[in-house]
Amino acid sequence: MLKTLHKICELGVLSEPAPQADELLRLRAALDERIRAVLGRALCIRHVDAGSCNGCELEIQALNNPYYNLEGLGIRFVASPRHADLLLVTGPVAANMEAALRRVHQATPDPKLVIALGDCGCTGGIFGKRGASRGQVSNVIPVDVAVPGCPPTPVRIMQAILTAISHGAPQRR
Amino acid sequence: MPLTRWWGKAQKLPGAPRTRGLGVTAEEWSRCAGDVAASGGRLLAMWASACLDRDDDATLEIEDIYAGPPGREPARDGSSWATELYAAFVIDAGVLILELSVRLDAGSPADRADYPGIEALFPCASRMQRALADMSGIRASDSDRRPWLRHPPGGYEMVRVAGEGVHEIAVGPVHAGIIEPGHFRFSVVGEKVLRLEERLGYTHKGIERRFKELPLLEGHRLAARIAGDCAVAHSWAYCQALEGMADCVIPPRAAALRGLFLELERIANHLGDVGALANDAGFAFGLSQFSRLKEQLLRAVSQAFGQRYLLDAVVPGGVRMDISAESSKSLAARIAAIRDEAAELRAIYDDHAGMRDRFSDAGILTAELALRLGVLGLVGRASGQALDARVDFPCAPYDAFPPTRVVRQEGDVAARVAVRFGELAESCRLAANLLASLPQGAHLTSIKPPPDRAFATGLIEGWRGPVFVALEAGPAGGIRRCHPHDPSWQNWPALEHAILGNIVADFPLINKSFNLAYSGVDL
Repeated sequence: MLKTLHKICELGVLSEPAPQADELLRLRAALDERIRAVLGRALCIRHVDAGSCNGCELEIQALNNPYYNLEGLGIRFVASPRHADLLLVTGPVAANMEAALRRVHQATPDPKLVIALGDCGCTGGIFGKRGASRGQVSNVIPVDVAVPGCPPTPVRIMQAILTAISHGAPQRR
Repeated sequence: MPLTRWWGKAQKLPGAPRTRGLGVTAEEWSRCAGDVAASGGRLLAMWASACLDRDDDATLEIEDIYAGPPGREPARDGSSWATELYAAFVIDAGVLILELSVRLDAGSPADRADYPGIEALFPCASRMQRALADMSGIRASDSDRRPWLRHPPGGYEMVRVAGEGVHEIAVGPVHAGIIEPGHFRFSVVGEKVLRLEERLGYTHKGIERRFKELPLLEGHRLAARIAGDCAVAHSWAYCQALEGMADCVIPPRAAALRGLFLELERIANHLGDVGALANDAGFAFGLSQFSRLKEQLLRAVSQAFGQRYLLDAVVPGGVRMDISAESSKSLAARIAAIRDEAAELRAIYDDHAGMRDRFSDAGILTAELALRLGVLGLVGRASGQALDARVDFPCAPYDAFPPTRVVRQEGDVAARVAVRFGELAESCRLAANLLASLPQGAHLTSIKPPPDRAFATGLIEGWRGPVFVALEAGPAGGIRRCHPHDPSWQNWPALEHAILGNIVADFPLINKSFNLAYSGVDL
């Protein structure tokens, strides 16, 4: 236990300042003032892998490491779409995941935001749209913000999340 | 017939070391598979060539079968066509690939058997045969004929466990964490798991078909995206096959850098896993420490090579980027620091009573069962199966830098954690040695596309286990067939056994200790 505590104290705080929002990433103004007034709490994200190679997932997982410390920004990943404000969708949409993705989208309460993550989510990437692949996420559900990259870096993903909600921080009640 | 006779008759194949191919009849197919099984050999992969009658029509294939109504036969009126069926086995002498010609007639009944199934000899063949039926229309004689990669509308029949107090827990395809999609069906009594059945294929996106549209010299990019966390191993295995059939010998510096990339990938994934395993056991300290070390490694890799993950780093003819002497020094320093800190943290893990309690005796996969199920890679090594392609099928640089195998016998979560820690240290040693003695010279050489119908294989030990690629060249520098095979094919069924008798709440921990690829097997 002493060794554990010593290790924690020795390292101190690693979390870096949060990056700024990047308006270039905005695709569709989806939230109005009224919707934002509803939030007033942590932004809850539900990640959906709709057919990814697992590359984007590595960088989403990295968001929770001490350097990016996403929870420290008041953003957390939740276990159910029913608890989510925002869907973070990766991969070209595999035909076998199409129904599941639609159902996750339906189960997410309105108002909701959708980020399509990575080259595949944005365009279908190297897999394209054909047969077993439905291509980009917006072919299946409406997308608010699309983030290219293979995979996009954690900073880029944070910028996308901030862009999606950057009509102003959610109002606290 | 002893295996040496089959091996003696087989022809040497280019690409991966010690690999031979042999054309067989249906009767020899069964007999040879039986001889392999009897001598303790294991099934590495099964695949079929394109399903149409040669090159005349490339449009009616996998995707059309896929898009068509369930049960539709992939044959056309009045036609009959042949496909080549392959099975690769690992035996003492090397990798033996059997080739069997299978004829399909239009209008033949759906319950027909096109070739003798080998599920009774190699249980892991079952899902491969079902995937084969989905992707090429040829069916094995074995009894389980449910679709695997193809998900027809109208559901899927799971095996039901009946009895007083038995109920089912259905999980997925969308899971609670940041992981890939798949469906798990637990049959439980109280907390105890009586049976687990997996259903995968959700991320199937037609990768094998997509290969056929790419030029041979660009296939490595798709290979890197079969399983993004295992990009170096898959793209290297692809390039090894391509270079083998093109008679291309990569420069020594390129080989050393590939070895470095592969070990960096292993270190990064093992760091992530040992951290996540501690978290699943309720020790958040482990996750924050190891995710910190992983991030430090990714940043050092990014500084040295310009990207955090080494997708597209391995290219036909060598590697895409070189490393400067200065970057080499700072990367070596980072690796040394990670090695020391990981050792320090391992001591904290070992001292932690709560972790010992959760890890020990959880999710046991015995050595006998691991052998019977043909389990590969690190999961296999934690259950006494010593196979490591870097040692058993060494290509450069591993012939000059042999790794030490890390093997445990217990087969529980603790053993899989111990193998990861052992391999982490070993990979740090290898990476440091490779960096310290990088040969001078070019990191890339030119490569010419091989002639039509050239065939070769690749076999590279990724962090999960041996990644196998079978590659056949098409006309004008194209790809006729590429079958990438991730070791997760063999290991997923073993997870169904490891969970038996454990409690549901331990599944996340046991599952994480396997950490298998979904995309890598869904293709």
